[in-house]
Amino acid sequence: MTQGELPGAHPDERQMPEGRRNKQGIRIDPEVEAEHPPERAVLSALVKHEPGVLAEVSGLFSRRMFNIESLTVGRTIDERLARMTIVIEEPRPGIDQAKKQLEKLVPVVSVRELADDAVQRELVILKVNGDEPDKVNAITQMYNGETLDAGSRTITVELAGDEGEIDDAIEAYEQFGIRELVRTGYAALARGAEPTAKVTYPNKAPTDAAVETQEAMDD
Amino acid sequence: MSERASVPPEAADAEAETAEAETEKREPDEDKSVVESGAEAVVAALEAAGVEYLFGVQGGAIMPVYDALYRSDELNHVTMAHEQGAAHAADAYGIVTGDPGICMATSGPGATNLVTGLADASMDSDPVVALTGQVPTEFVGNDAFQETDTIGVTKPVTKHNIFADDSDDVGEDVGTAWALANEGRQGPTLVDLPKDVTQGETDRQPEEPKTPDTYNPPVEAEEVMVEAAAEALAGADRPIILAGGGVIKGEACDELRQFAREYEIPVITTMPGTGAFPEDDPLSMGIAGMHGTGYANLAVSNTDLLVGVGTRFDDRLTGDIETFAPDAELVHIDIDPAEISKNVFADYPLVGDAKHVIRQLDDAMPGAPDCDEWHETCQRWKEEYPLDYETPEDDPLKPQYVVETYDELTPEDTIVAAGVGQHQMWAWQYWTWTEPRTWVTSHGLGTMGYAVPAAIGAKLAAPDREVVAFDGDGSFLMTGQELSVAVRENLNITIVVLNNEAVGMVRQWQDGFYEGRRMASEYPWIPEFDKLAEAYGAQGLRLEDYDEVEETIQTARNYEGPSVIDAIIDPSENVYPMVPSGGDNARFALNEQHLEDI
Repeated sequence: MTQGELPGAHPDERQMPEGRRNKQGIRIDPEVEAEHPPERAVLSALVKHEPGVLAEVSGLFSRRMFNIESLTVGRTIDERLARMTIVIEEPRPGIDQAKKQLEKLVPVVSVRELADDAVQRELVILKVNGDEPDKVNAITQMYNGETLDAGSRTITVELAGDEGEIDDAIEAYEQFGIRELVRTGYAALARGAEPTAKVTYPNKAPTDAAVETQEAMDD
Repeated sequence: MSERASVPPEAADAEAETAEAETEKREPDEDKSVVESGAEAVVAALEAAGVEYLFGVQGGAIMPVYDALYRSDELNHVTMAHEQGAAHAADAYGIVTGDPGICMATSGPGATNLVTGLADASMDSDPVVALTGQVPTEFVGNDAFQETDTIGVTKPVTKHNIFADDSDDVGEDVGTAWALANEGRQGPTLVDLPKDVTQGETDRQPEEPKTPDTYNPPVEAEEVMVEAAAEALAGADRPIILAGGGVIKGEACDELRQFAREYEIPVITTMPGTGAFPEDDPLSMGIAGMHGTGYANLAVSNTDLLVGVGTRFDDRLTGDIETFAPDAELVHIDIDPAEISKNVFADYPLVGDAKHVIRQLDDAMPGAPDCDEWHETCQRWKEEYPLDYETPEDDPLKPQYVVETYDELTPEDTIVAAGVGQHQMWAWQYWTWTEPRTWVTSHGLGTMGYAVPAAIGAKLAAPDREVVAFDGDGSFLMTGQELSVAVRENLNITIVVLNNEAVGMVRQWQDGFYEGRRMASEYPWIPEFDKLAEAYGAQGLRLEDYDEVEETIQTARNYEGPSVIDAIIDPSENVYPMVPSGGDNARFALNEQHLEDI
């Protein structure tokens, strides 16, 4: 026996809207399926250089299920600030949302998505078997790398480049047998005179660093 | 934002005049407030913020702060039975006053017991500051007695948290936490206080609370976007305003009411927005969402222009996002840019403070939308889909009747607290809401057990107003021990347990979606709540028949101190209308048959 029945028309007999939204809540023409394929975005964030910020940022990305490719963090010329470079792969609405959520964190000073032409580099250090030193050296030179350590059993080299170059180099070294490798993830800055740390959102006051950079650019 | 809501809104003007005097009163007394330790700086910071009440539980690592409280004349500490109760009481205090409510706990279990309350406040953007004791800094990370990584545990459920690492700065840390909880989009903050930091010496006198320089919430929306939104709204055929909790938190109810009436735009409220617009106004379309009214859900489904104010478009409101207001352009007013287009794409994002942005929109309106036909349709829906129930005298008591009778017997500004479940939905549906800050419940997190501690916090926040809590038998069992606090503080509150001897909402879902397999939802035995109340020292009343309803309520209301009414209700009563989880709002069910058909 179930009670609480209310008066009113059956669900099939009510006025219904004609439109529809997609999963991202965007209104669409019912005839056209709007799809947002995942794309890669490089976010550069200036954050306060203090304990717990990295945990706060990485926690945010995992908690909200943003697909993170790499995250690097290091000091800047302003000792109070650190810069994070975060590479994510998400549909466009997800990228926009990640930027806004990042902006909300109190220790985050500014967030910017870098353009495709941004200067982007990744460092890899890899250790290969030392049986064929000449061949290893040739490949290291070909990729403008540097030998960091060479012994009778292993050779350790470093390479920097974009993701494609690094992938190609790693493939080239595979013939010797790669014992271990480490990749840093991307570090990136905006190309040209444009400051990477441009404060884009009005709810964040420009930092000294950003103002100085802006002034330098204006000169 | 910091306007005291313990007075009715009509008195707001008079309130503003006395605001200056109140600020003066809050200035710390020079003689008494000479700070000598970190703990005294914490207390001085709370006094500087104008705090009156703290809700907490003592314990080892927080003892220095309590010791400093011993000497404070301005701060009143309410000892709760459990830290979860402290967090909920502080949350309710924050909802009713608009100022941050303060809760305190020791390290380890004290802090972890606060977590549910902080998560609740986080979901509902309620202003709460938590102060937690911590083991001395030298022991942090060594798994000391009663050590928990409170900062790590509470990071996802707070707006911001701070590990106090210096006795000289700890006062400022507390002020920052208070200011961050209060400003912009409100929310819970926490300061973790290691014992050596609170015991350490300092003579640093805390200043007025201040947010960090990186925190500057937006106030005014972009003018170009405001104009575009105003033009779209003026040209709409079927406009609706959806008022969320941000309208109340942003003290924008007067502006919203004036705006809706001037341009004759029907208004729906979300659950946290309840009271932002009076339900007895002809323009009110009531409450929307999973258990919202049929007419509200039809209106929100068929609108061609939706103005969402201070709402985050929660899934309990939208149902299936693909069928949510699918013909509507969305004007979204919100102080938090991260809410814009998070769940529903905003055609006109207006980022700013609700009070300011509504005024901006008003200034930009070229005229009222021409929508007589839409008004007629809305009125017709209100007639066709009323909230209604039968009261056969020989059947068990209907919970809706208890709620409606209580509403009729009490003044307009009565504060209603509720737990989570069927009882909460009946209270929401059948109380006629006319004033903001009168509906005090757990919205986003859905925390059973919220009602009793919330009623305590609400009553202390507004001692001159009536407070009633509707609770379920399941919810009451979770935090009923806080009744001991209400008795100790001699609070005139009534707790109405709508008792169906089950976790009723789960039972309703089992009947609707799990073919009636009532696993772990019915109580084969539960206490007699009236007798339990008497054991605590409260007045216990039992209610079973229709002809006793009014008399029992009056006996409770007239009693000096807390009363508990154990109202034995029809156990088969269910909550309708209902949009199944992830369903189409317009296809709400009005009975069990509809649930099967949709």
